[in-house]
Amino acid sequence: MNMVSQLAVEAPPSVSIKGLTKRFGALTALDDVAMEIRPGAFHALLGENGAGKSTLVKCLMGTYRADAGHVLIDGQEASIASPRDAQRLGLGMVYQHFTLVSSMTVAENLVQGEAGLGAIIDWPARRERLTAFMADMPFRLELDRQVSTLSAGEKQKLEILKQLHLGSRFLVLDEPTSVLTPDEADQILGLMHQLTDAGRISVVLISHKLREVEAYADEVTVLRQGRLAGRGQVGSLDRSDMVRMMVGEDQLAASAPRVTHDAGEALLSVRGLSVEDDKGVPAVRDLTLDVRSGEIVGIAGVSGNGQTEFVEVLAGQRAETGGHIEAGGRRYGKTRAEMRALGIKLLPEAPLDNACVRGMSVAENLSLRTYDTEPMARGGIWLNRAEMRKRAAGLIARFHIKTQGPDAAIETLSGGNVQRTVLARELSEKARILIVQNPCFGLDLKAVAEIRRQIVDARNEGTAVLLISEDLDEILELADRILVMSDGRIVYETPRSEADLQEIGHHMAHHEE
Amino acid sequence: MEGTELGWWGVLIAVIGGAIRVSTPYLFVSLGETLTEKSGRVNLGLEGVLVMGAMSGYATAVLTGQPWLGVLVAGCAGALLSLVHALVCSLPRVNDIAVGIALFIFGTGLAFFLGKPFINPSAPRLPDLDLGWWSDSPHIQSALQISPLFLFGFALALFLAWALKNTRWGLVLRTVGDSSEAAQALGYNITLVRIAGTVAGGFLAGVGGSYLSLYFPGTWNEGLSSGQGLMAVALVIFARWDPVRCFYASLLFGGATALGPALQSAGVTANYYLYGAAPYFLTLAVLIYSASPRKALEGAPGEVSISR
Ligand SMILES: Nc1ncnc2c1ncn2[C@@H]1O[C@H](COP(=O)(O)OP(=O)(O)OP(=O)(O)O)[C@@H](O)[C@H]1O
Ligand SMILES: [Mg+2]
Repeated sequence: MNMVSQLAVEAPPSVSIKGLTKRFGALTALDDVAMEIRPGAFHALLGENGAGKSTLVKCLMGTYRADAGHVLIDGQEASIASPRDAQRLGLGMVYQHFTLVSSMTVAENLVQGEAGLGAIIDWPARRERLTAFMADMPFRLELDRQVSTLSAGEKQKLEILKQLHLGSRFLVLDEPTSVLTPDEADQILGLMHQLTDAGRISVVLISHKLREVEAYADEVTVLRQGRLAGRGQVGSLDRSDMVRMMVGEDQLAASAPRVTHDAGEALLSVRGLSVEDDKGVPAVRDLTLDVRSGEIVGIAGVSGNGQTEFVEVLAGQRAETGGHIEAGGRRYGKTRAEMRALGIKLLPEAPLDNACVRGMSVAENLSLRTYDTEPMARGGIWLNRAEMRKRAAGLIARFHIKTQGPDAAIETLSGGNVQRTVLARELSEKARILIVQNPCFGLDLKAVAEIRRQIVDARNEGTAVLLISEDLDEILELADRILVMSDGRIVYETPRSEADLQEIGHHMAHHEE
Repeated sequence: MEGTELGWWGVLIAVIGGAIRVSTPYLFVSLGETLTEKSGRVNLGLEGVLVMGAMSGYATAVLTGQPWLGVLVAGCAGALLSLVHALVCSLPRVNDIAVGIALFIFGTGLAFFLGKPFINPSAPRLPDLDLGWWSDSPHIQSALQISPLFLFGFALALFLAWALKNTRWGLVLRTVGDSSEAAQALGYNITLVRIAGTVAGGFLAGVGGSYLSLYFPGTWNEGLSSGQGLMAVALVIFARWDPVRCFYASLLFGGATALGPALQSAGVTANYYLYGAAPYFLTLAVLIYSASPRKALEGAPGEVSISR
């Protein structure tokens, strides 16, 4: 492959981590962890939410300073105090959150941080080199597009291109596929696999999707509660071995039995809804749908087809430009009083930004729906903090939220645990209408099983559930009725019994031709 | 009524001339604020910096007889004052808007205190360039009497627009202002870049102040600035953080300020104070125009607190 020839001429380094320990206050996030990555390996790092995966790679990349332990690169002890140091050693990381500059173009983002970038940038020469670089990559992006106009999948590609362009020979991908469609994920991981097979780069992949690990990785290291729980060759382990290493002896929640019943009256009705995005471009066009009591309506679709704007309108974060929404038979004005009276609960995407107050504690975030009612607020005025903390402790136990305690800041939780916190809040009281967007993004296997079970349980009890998800498998597993959203419209509808994967996929991809 | 000999043409020429004359402080302050905001901070204290620049520039010119040295000292005073803002804002949990307001009050207060002895003595003015020599009309001649600082500001706007795209410093500044996460991942020193952006912005605002006291109107007193430093912040939003658009927007604000005097010279004396309030109306209109519940502010640096 000639694209491989363009990449770093040097072989990837061998990296070994020894006795790594990292504490956050009283919590030991990593306890004496060891890991070996031979040159050219495709190494998977597995573990439940909060197991310490992100912390481990952040220590390796110099984002965090380990309290003990060391890193050997090609047998030499390396001191990595900052991401810059890591980059100098050829170690690069694609973060769980994007680190692109959205107001800049693709070319500017690629050139960023390049070593030996002169004070004045010779754009014609740089562009020529970038064009040559792009031409040798299996996925391409236009150099002049502004990053804010890229879809999530394209941003992920750009992150990877950026690292390869910087000459990283050791790439860490922290849950790179959670924002991608299965096709995009296969495409990206396939490329990484070609590169590792050719012995040009090493890859460490953090993922909760065992399918990807089995298909692409050759070695695996598993963490459990900050400790090394196992390692081995992917070829000689089967799925149940890996699951056992990750969760220990606990059982995965069985998928919830579906009660067969006829759906009741429509609780949530959307009528001719039109919405514009941040730039004033129509994102949702004339959308009409009903969600009835006791059914799950699943909206499938590739991200960026208006789902986010639609959920923002339902959440009251964005104003519609046309049409209206009815809940419980009446026009829905998205006030707090209505949400409470109608039992409307909502889990949006990126919950840390959209459904949490960053600076507040876990307990406070868990109380956002109820802090102003008895018994959390005495007489509706005085906050009862003891009660708040007690209730939070209950929810933390019930939903297995991994946190240092009710008073820990929400920002210190791992990605999956933020998701659980918001779900705990939304599901802690009875919901009549439940709107969930990508509820299992970034969650580990156990949590995925639990949360899907909660959603089905809610449906069985008569809740009207609107599920907006980019994960088609999830839609097929959960939904009673499946709609496909494309370019802001519902372009296809099918009941669960007649759902055909090919047909749905065709409608999802339709507008891209 | 001799003022009307040119009729409405006279008003137009006077507005254009006034726009050029009045716009320079807007231009320097807005370019300075653009630099600061591109680094991810808002400095509302530039009004104080402007007044401090006006005072220190004037005082230097009085004491040394060198108006250009005054310009330089004004810039340095502005940089120094902004350094206070930059350092205080680098402490954890400090709000840059609040510090800016404090600096605004502190800067003007300090300037009035230190500037008392310089209200009476008169300083040498900055020289003019006569770009109206080709015309016999005295109106056009006086409208095209231009300060070199105006031309310098124009060149600076072009240079900054170029530099933000084509230099490493420009990229670093924009990265830090747009996403601290990206900047961290690239290993940039965010605090240092923001301090540099704020100090450079303060230098420019200080220079803008010296124009007020050393060129137009060319005196030092406590009523010298009429809020140009604050209006420039609105102007930056209107110009969507683009240096070249800052130049156009400054001309617009300058023209609005010159409207009252121009109409007066054409003999329209009614509602003089109403026309005098034109720049404030314009500021309000600009802010209402750029605000929208539906659209995000286009071009706003992601880390700036007014766009979050
Ligand atoms: N900055 C921090 N301050 C305090 N605690 C932290 C911090 N970062 C992580 N933790 C804690 O360390 C533990 C490990 O977190 P980490 O982010 O490494 O988990 P993870 O394995 O990446 O999980 P996920 O799959 O959910 O992303 C968690 O309990 C988390 O709450
Ligand atoms: Mg993680």
